[in-house]
Amino acid sequence: METFWYIALSFMFIMYVILDGFDLGAGIVHFWVGRTEGDRRIILNAIGPYWDGNEVWLIAAGGTLYFAFPKLYAASFSGFYLPLILVLWVLILRALGIELRHHVQHLMWKAFWDRTFSVGSLLLTVFLGAALGNIIRGVPLNQDGYFFVPLWTNFLPGPHPGVLDWFTLLFVAVAVSTLTVHGAHYLAFKTGGELQQRAARVAGRAWWGLTVCSVLALVATPAVRPGFWARFGEHPWGGAFVLLSLAGWLGMYAFNRKGEHFRAFLASAAFIAGMGAVTAFAHYPVTLYSSVNPAWNLTVHNTAAGAYGLKIGLLWWIPGILLACAYFAYLFYIFRGKITSVPEDAGY
Amino acid sequence: METALTLHRLQFAFTIMYHYLFPQLTMGLALLIVIMKGLALWKKDELYNRSARFWAKIFAINFAMGVVTGIPMEFQFGTNWAKFSTFAGGIIGQTLAMEGVFAFFLESSFLGLFLFGEKKLGPRGHFFAAFMVFLGSWLSGYFIIVTNAWMQHPVGYSLDAEGQVHLTDFWAFLLNPWALWQYLHNMLGAVVTSSFVVAAVGAFYWLTGQHLEYARRFLRLGLASAAVSSLLVAFPTGDMQGKMVAKHQPVTLAAMEGLFQTKEGAELILIGQPDMENLRIDNPIHIPNLLSFLTYHRWKAEVKGLDAFPRDVWPDNIPLLYYAYHIMVGLGTIFIAVAALGMLLWWRQRLFDSRWYLWIVMLSFPFPYIANTAGWMTAELGRQPWLVYGVLRTADGASPLVSGGNALFTLLGFMGIYATLSLLFVFLILREVSHGPDHVQQPLP
Ligand code: HDD
Ligand code: HEM
Ligand code: HEM
Repeated sequence: METFWYIALSFMFIMYVILDGFDLGAGIVHFWVGRTEGDRRIILNAIGPYWDGNEVWLIAAGGTLYFAFPKLYAASFSGFYLPLILVLWVLILRALGIELRHHVQHLMWKAFWDRTFSVGSLLLTVFLGAALGNIIRGVPLNQDGYFFVPLWTNFLPGPHPGVLDWFTLLFVAVAVSTLTVHGAHYLAFKTGGELQQRAARVAGRAWWGLTVCSVLALVATPAVRPGFWARFGEHPWGGAFVLLSLAGWLGMYAFNRKGEHFRAFLASAAFIAGMGAVTAFAHYPVTLYSSVNPAWNLTVHNTAAGAYGLKIGLLWWIPGILLACAYFAYLFYIFRGKITSVPEDAGY
Repeated sequence: METALTLHRLQFAFTIMYHYLFPQLTMGLALLIVIMKGLALWKKDELYNRSARFWAKIFAINFAMGVVTGIPMEFQFGTNWAKFSTFAGGIIGQTLAMEGVFAFFLESSFLGLFLFGEKKLGPRGHFFAAFMVFLGSWLSGYFIIVTNAWMQHPVGYSLDAEGQVHLTDFWAFLLNPWALWQYLHNMLGAVVTSSFVVAAVGAFYWLTGQHLEYARRFLRLGLASAAVSSLLVAFPTGDMQGKMVAKHQPVTLAAMEGLFQTKEGAELILIGQPDMENLRIDNPIHIPNLLSFLTYHRWKAEVKGLDAFPRDVWPDNIPLLYYAYHIMVGLGTIFIAVAALGMLLWWRQRLFDSRWYLWIVMLSFPFPYIANTAGWMTAELGRQPWLVYGVLRTADGASPLVSGGNALFTLLGFMGIYATLSLLFVFLILREVSHGPDHVQQPLP
């Protein structure tokens, strides 16, 4: 039962990174790809109907984490107190950037919110990367199952690390480059003309950055978290996730070169899904490593809620998620097609 | 530790009260927009469609504020109340997750369709999208109220040897009797807010001689739904809420009413100041026996006063609780009077000539916000000193390793950001209102 919820949660977080990832990525490349006011209006309209729903995946995943593994939720949210509150502030400002920009037709107003949106997207991506790095590296959990990490200490991943050290910064670079490619792919398939070509070029260049960072991260991971690959030896089918990431990685390059932008977008989604699944698979059943004493690791077993609650949860979670997927399919269907121009006083 | 706890409480209270300023309008307005869309279809009246579009714009701004201030609420259970979350997450996490999975997905997907898809969906499809937005926001209200109701009146759980609670009866939890009344009362409170806001904008347009055709529609719709909802919020739902409190939290009732001594034939205090040194109400104006009657339907029934309970279960801020409760009830009475007067004038066909009355309506819109906030202060202060009533004390719920300094820093940060948000919000809303309904752009192709 715990295993089911572990998989369900991994699924929700991966969905979140794929979906919100494309609007975060669009934000990162907002100025890079969108040269004129008109371009930037198109970019915002390309993500307009979706971004809030995308963010709901984070909220729903947070809620599911809360109910299935309350202890893990409590430990990690209070332990990452400062970075999480900072994330909240950035989330607030970024959302306002998207939602308020189109209400006033004034160049300064738009310029200001464009920057808020873009910088906010970048900062959130930095946080996502750092979060992944922290999960792999571990945190100073004590015997009561709580911890508190400062933003940084000496930038070394020892027993008492900060949120940022060289290892987590490496994952920040992976996250930023990955979502840059992902967002640029999304814009390339959702728009046309010069905007599309610029997006495709950005994606092509950022792909090299992604490749370098991922290889470095691959080398560094076993050094910081020995035994990361052990479960793949015991259960070789986990290798499928590795293959999925590899296929995504190659696909991004190949489809983008051929100008098949939708497939390139699917490939970057596959890359993200593969990397997420590899991490989740490698960690199981540990959910959070203690950097102080391995006996204090949090696992799916010592953090799960009561069995009755977990079972009853299936009753609403499965239909609920199917419904959510149906809404998303419908939404993407209704707003299908490319966005090539948006009148000045309409939309975002 | 003491100060850290106080700061956690202040931060939670501040952020939740701020958050709730927005959902109370969107939840009520969602209903009124469905009604407008329905009237447009039924009466083939294009002006109702345009009205709906105008209010959809106001809705969208409020919704965005609701979203950005709601996400911090969800996080704070973990960041600031870690021990509470460890303790109760298996239960209240259920409804919080359900809110995300059922309500927020629904609401956010269909809001996109509602705002951007009018041309693509056609009139019926657009009505449907409006309805789904309404459904989503009212569902999310239900889940959050069930969460809160469980903290007020825990049901369907068991305590294990380690002092952890576990869910044992899902349906008892979901259909908590406390939640049903609390939900109705709270949602009607939201409808009161949106009704007065719609009517106030109508009154403003009428008094300034602009958009007169819209002004008529806003005033009629706003006042009619204000009349219905103000009545229902007091009776039966407010009354039943009071009875629930009397039954399950008698000490809270005593504190809310300012009843320090147990009495047969207890009086209902209308105005007066709680005096915590002498444990009495100073300068009271009261109606004899009425409290006994309202609570137990017998004039001479005994109502337990605070003296019947040990001091360590008294709510810890009795004066504030007492004032909050009296402000809510006082305002509720005034809303009924204002709305009834409007119905009377409408019936006598004098509504649009009575400028003095329209001034009152125009200036009335802040007060439902105050009443709703005061109501929540009543509920939450009344629950003290418990976080989960009778099971977990507030003092035992906070995060163990988050220091007071950190909590102070983030509290001040939230205050700063929210102050900025308020300025932006007021600026945008005033702009929309001053542009008026005809300015709202036609739907995107
Ligand atoms: C427009 C808003 C509004 C108005 C006019 C009223 N209320 Fe209210 N009341 C609320 C808005 C509200 C609220 C904000 O929605 C609360 C907070 C918690 C809840 O569920 O509803 C609430 C809570 C609340 C509680 C506290 C329950 C608890 O301790 O958990 C009681 C006893 C009442 N109400 C009773 C009344 C009565 C007798 C009213 C008579 C006029 C009244 N309310 C008017
Ligand atoms: C599901 C809904 C809610 C939950 C689960 C909830 C939970 C909590 C928690 C955990 C606290 C902190 C502990 C405490 O001081 O009691 C609190 C305090 C408080 N909440 Fe709520 N709350 C909810 C809804 C609301 C709403 C909507 C409002 C107001 C608009 C509100 C107003 C307050 C206030 C004023 C306090 C401070 C009480 C004090 O400091 O003594 N709550 N609530
Ligand atoms: C501690 C309590 C609360 C939490 C954790 C919470 C959480 C949230 C979150 C995460 C959102 C954003 C959803 C999105 O992205 O679409 C939100 C919005 C919303 N909340 Fe809250 N909320 C709380 C209290 C309340 C209360 C008491 C109500 C009403 C009874 C309420 C009603 C809504 C509604 C209707 C929305 C949709 C946005 C809007 O209409 O403004 N919330 N809330």
